[in-house]
Amino acid sequence: MLLTISTTHSPATDLGYLLHKNPARVQAFELSFGKAHVFYPQASEERCTAALLLDVDPIGLVRGRGSMSTDYVNDRPYVASSFLSVAIARVFGSALGGRCRDRPELVGKPLPLVARIAALPCRSGDDVRELFEPLGYEVGLEPADNASGNYRDVTLTGRKPLAELLTHLYVLIPVLDGRKHYWVGDAEVDKLIARGEGWLEDHPRRDLIVRRYLKQRGNLASDALARLADDEDAGSPDGDDRPGAEAFVSLADARLAAVARALKESNAARVIDLGCGEGRLVEQLLADPQFQEIVAVDASVRALETASRRLRLDRMPERQRRRVKLLQGTMTYRDRRMQGFDAVAVVEALEHLDPERLATFERVLFEFARPETVVVTTPNREYNVKYPDIPADGLRHKDHRFEWTRAEFAAWADAVASAHGYSVAFEPVGEVDEALGAPTQMGVFRRCA
Amino acid sequence: MRIEIPEYCLVVLVGASGSGKSTFAAKHFAPTEVISSDTCRALVSDDANDQSATRDAFELLEFIARKRLAARRLTVVDATNVRPEDRAKLVRLAREFHAFAVAVVFDLPERVCQDRNAQRPDRDFGPRVVRNHIRLLRRSLKRLGREGFRYRFQFRSEGEADAAVLERQRLWTDRRDDAGPFDIIGDVHGCGDELEALLGELGYLVGRGVEGYAISHPEARRLVFLGDLVDRGPRVADCLRLVMDAVADGVALCVPGNHETKLLRHLRGRRVRLTHGLDGTVAQLEAEPAAFRDRVAEFIDGLVSHYLFDGGKLAVAHAGMKNDMLNRSSGAVREFALYGETTGETDEFGFPVRYDWASEYRGEAMIVYGHTPVAEAEWVNGTICIDTGCVFGGKLTALRYPERDLVSVPAAKVYYPATGRPLTPDADAHNADAPGDILAIDDVLGKRIVDTRLVPNITVREENAAAALEVMSRFAIAPNWLIYLPPTMSPCATRGSGDLLEHPASAFGYYRTNGVDRVVCQEKHMGSRAIAVVCRDADVARTRFGAAGGTAGIIYTRTGRRFFSGQLAGFEQQVLERLRAAAGRCGLWEKLDTPWLILDCELMPWSVKAADLLREQYAGVADAAGLGLARAVDALERAGERGAETAELARRFRDKAEMVEVYAQAVGRYNWPVDTADDLKLAPFHLLATEAAVHDDKDHGWHMRHLAELCQADGLLTVTDHRVVELGDEASCTDAIAWWEELTAAGGEGMVVKPWDFIARSGKGLVQPAIKCRGREYLRIIYGPEYTAEENLERLRQRSLGAKRSLARREFALGLEALHRFVEREPLRRVHECVFAVLAMESEPVDPRL
Repeated sequence: MLLTISTTHSPATDLGYLLHKNPARVQAFELSFGKAHVFYPQASEERCTAALLLDVDPIGLVRGRGSMSTDYVNDRPYVASSFLSVAIARVFGSALGGRCRDRPELVGKPLPLVARIAALPCRSGDDVRELFEPLGYEVGLEPADNASGNYRDVTLTGRKPLAELLTHLYVLIPVLDGRKHYWVGDAEVDKLIARGEGWLEDHPRRDLIVRRYLKQRGNLASDALARLADDEDAGSPDGDDRPGAEAFVSLADARLAAVARALKESNAARVIDLGCGEGRLVEQLLADPQFQEIVAVDASVRALETASRRLRLDRMPERQRRRVKLLQGTMTYRDRRMQGFDAVAVVEALEHLDPERLATFERVLFEFARPETVVVTTPNREYNVKYPDIPADGLRHKDHRFEWTRAEFAAWADAVASAHGYSVAFEPVGEVDEALGAPTQMGVFRRCA
Repeated sequence: MRIEIPEYCLVVLVGASGSGKSTFAAKHFAPTEVISSDTCRALVSDDANDQSATRDAFELLEFIARKRLAARRLTVVDATNVRPEDRAKLVRLAREFHAFAVAVVFDLPERVCQDRNAQRPDRDFGPRVVRNHIRLLRRSLKRLGREGFRYRFQFRSEGEADAAVLERQRLWTDRRDDAGPFDIIGDVHGCGDELEALLGELGYLVGRGVEGYAISHPEARRLVFLGDLVDRGPRVADCLRLVMDAVADGVALCVPGNHETKLLRHLRGRRVRLTHGLDGTVAQLEAEPAAFRDRVAEFIDGLVSHYLFDGGKLAVAHAGMKNDMLNRSSGAVREFALYGETTGETDEFGFPVRYDWASEYRGEAMIVYGHTPVAEAEWVNGTICIDTGCVFGGKLTALRYPERDLVSVPAAKVYYPATGRPLTPDADAHNADAPGDILAIDDVLGKRIVDTRLVPNITVREENAAAALEVMSRFAIAPNWLIYLPPTMSPCATRGSGDLLEHPASAFGYYRTNGVDRVVCQEKHMGSRAIAVVCRDADVARTRFGAAGGTAGIIYTRTGRRFFSGQLAGFEQQVLERLRAAAGRCGLWEKLDTPWLILDCELMPWSVKAADLLREQYAGVADAAGLGLARAVDALERAGERGAETAELARRFRDKAEMVEVYAQAVGRYNWPVDTADDLKLAPFHLLATEAAVHDDKDHGWHMRHLAELCQADGLLTVTDHRVVELGDEASCTDAIAWWEELTAAGGEGMVVKPWDFIARSGKGLVQPAIKCRGREYLRIIYGPEYTAEENLERLRQRSLGAKRSLARREFALGLEALHRFVEREPLRRVHECVFAVLAMESEPVDPRL
């Protein structure tokens, strides 16, 4: 909410010319989210400080036309966010664009500058350092970067042309904040390209900056990265910057391949993907004409909508389209629509059920839906020690209600199979560790004749 | 001629064009009961005689007939039906819907038909058509008896047809006008000693003389036997005699079991293998006079497959009954009543695997049946099997209707070795764990209308149901525990002026205008809503809530999630144990004569449930604002010292800083560390329901009194402070307002105002069950730190409560309905329907700050 820019350039008051704001006056500017005030806490020949203060209207954010938030209790009025970028562009537009009528010679000249940003949201001091230090700033943090809390006062000290400093702030403040108050659209890509010229191409955290600036929207981000990098590989814009994420991605692929193969070997023509999520398995099955009818079931309407978009159902040729059906359904309500299928795949879904609901799920699937083949995959808990990010006894996902060891999964599967007249065979999925097994375990149930 | 037909059947009129079928139909049936091929032709082609439309017309005719028969409505097909293949189609249709097919044949002289057609200008298709009809009809007549029509009537002249009198008769199965009371008895299998003991237990006077048995009940109760009286047991002849005498005296009714029908075949001299205990029956009957055997045969022959009683609320059959067969007649119905449904597979003991029709049952009638021996009689979807395997050494069980009490006497010994699945529940591990009531997606998805006793016909919109399905299946506790969800609560209207948004006077005003004289004001606790279901022991949890795994209760949130999860999971049973012990210490179980209870509570601190939210959002705002505002004030003051005109701005930002300071204090009150269960506080404020009653007929004084006693019994429990206010008494209102001011000045959340009666109505319907008045400081957590700035208050005063209040009313009705249905032991899906609807309502877009 408060940005101050100081200089010890001599005379320091030249800052007023560069910013096009008279140090003697207090000026106010109306913005869509409130007001911006510009004033000078300091203005001497030796040292001059300009302040940009935002007075965000907290009620207007929620109640106003095209309101940006849904909760009155939010940090937006008090933090440095994209509001600050908007204000920089509006209030210091000429300076940001490198225009100065009265001191044109100063525009391109590196000046001793100190920018201080109050209450910048950041998870750790390192986040701030890794963005600003490569650009040649000395970064000061308050409270210190090892203190807890999600907000810090940040001081950036460097010799830069003013326009450059403003540009860096304009792009990187929203990147640190991670939330943008206005809709991120294609125009944002152009804006980013324009503002990033001359420094973003070679920034070591370029990909992160692009992704975060474009709010982790895959398409826009890869578009922007491609335009920045020209012939370079645009990279995977999956928004997951957790270390070790690559391992999970390749495991997911291996899992889908294993499930698809098990379904194919069962000779199933009509299959259900129960808990289909965004439809990755469906996409894979569609490529194989053996699967004449593929029904994707999920409890979440949003997941089904995503699946529909991802599969481009609306643009699929009629004959293909007829093979796929998306249904809202769950593992705990019996469902006539799921009866009479050759196979049902339950991929990484079991562990999202509370253990006491398993008995119901068993009846819903094995007694009422009663397909010839059931393919179930679930994490092998033993393998978790191989993931450095998972604490001891931790689970792989926040929503996992349990994860089973191989013995636990086998015990469950055997009991279910014998109670309902199925046989079951097990198969490891992913890289097999001699002691711990594979990261994913798969059970293939077949109905006894 | 007298034409007697069942009140539910498919009447097929057969006759040439012009033979008077439509005239007959119009005379004896309601216009909507008659589907005429001419009408259908006209509907699809605008011309009743357009023969090219015949195919479409008959498809339409069949479609309508199907809809009517599915709804168990008598249906008349008015078409010539002179070809056997046309009639065969209709007979099949009748069978499919378990309706008797009735043929009414118009075998009139050709001249009559020709004359009639000649009088009708639209039927100019020439004499050849009628001649052909008559030729086909006459050729059919001989074979009509073998076409599957249960009843056939034939008119040979106009006069005969005119003189016919039609009478509709109730089906044999239809005893809807008989409401009991009954004692329904499961498979006896010749266990005469146990039967007599059970009748004694049930209060019947059983006399036995040379004439046979004389049975009566002082309260005129009657017996209903579910069949399988014979085979396997030692006193088959006695059992038959007892039941036959009781039936003859009008003291009993009986439906046949598969063992009776097999015995009948034997008695009729058919070759039947003397297995499964039939050999014993045959030997015992050999010792009786031949006349007795004849009487038995006649008795069995006269038994009706199943009965529907009491306005459709109760049905009995030996092996069960599906809703679409109930009170209908066909071979399939009889087969189902005798044998149930099998999947065609056999189990590890070589017995047929029975199809679990009960888990699919969705009918209105309670179905009582036997046939499959079970260790304990248990309700599944409003059905109950009461064959508790007496002859195998189990017990003989009766279900009392309408009381629904089960009465059993144990078998004196094992009379016959069990050959199928073992009976004991522990041996049958899968069955003991498996939830009987499995909900079906059709029970909840799509647009639904829920009829509650407080508000009729509450509509659940399709998209809301879809949203609720996700929440229900991903996050909610098992549905057998989820017997209630609390309604949302509206705040009071905002004040027009001053520095307060909410004030008790607005709530009092609301109730006063709605004709409520007395209200109770309850302290609003600073915690999270929690619903606690407390059972006396794990056994109660199992039998009453179908809970496996030895838990004896649950605590869940207002959206049906488990309250304590993850690292806190251990607290649940600790809190429940304390509640259970407290209820024991203050004698609540005995006082309310109940083995379980459900409490509506507030659980504190709020940080238990919302630790992340508090830390990330609420505390975060205070942190950020603290940092930012201090710097801003500092910068403004320095500029001011330089002579810049920042005084006004500096004041404004100092005010902001101050507001954020009190906001931080308000948030801090909701947060205290919880290391053990002792750090928690539970404040119950409604004693919602117990075994025999939903306590919505008691005033809040009753609830507060009982809960105060409970709270005194354990330090974990906190009494909800409250004031009773007479709205007509100025002083009483002023006192309560002063109390609220005191509460909120001390940082309290505020209070909840409720009508003294749990349920209050005005001329416009249900009055809000509760209205909250939140304190000035607490509302910062709702509307943000700076809401008290005048320019902000001004805008916040404009808020509309209509949608919120309408929701509150509907959710209140639905929540109580769920409890009533649970207490009345309705099937799970009927309870679930209501809580699901509450959850669906909660997905309505309503301002979450209200």
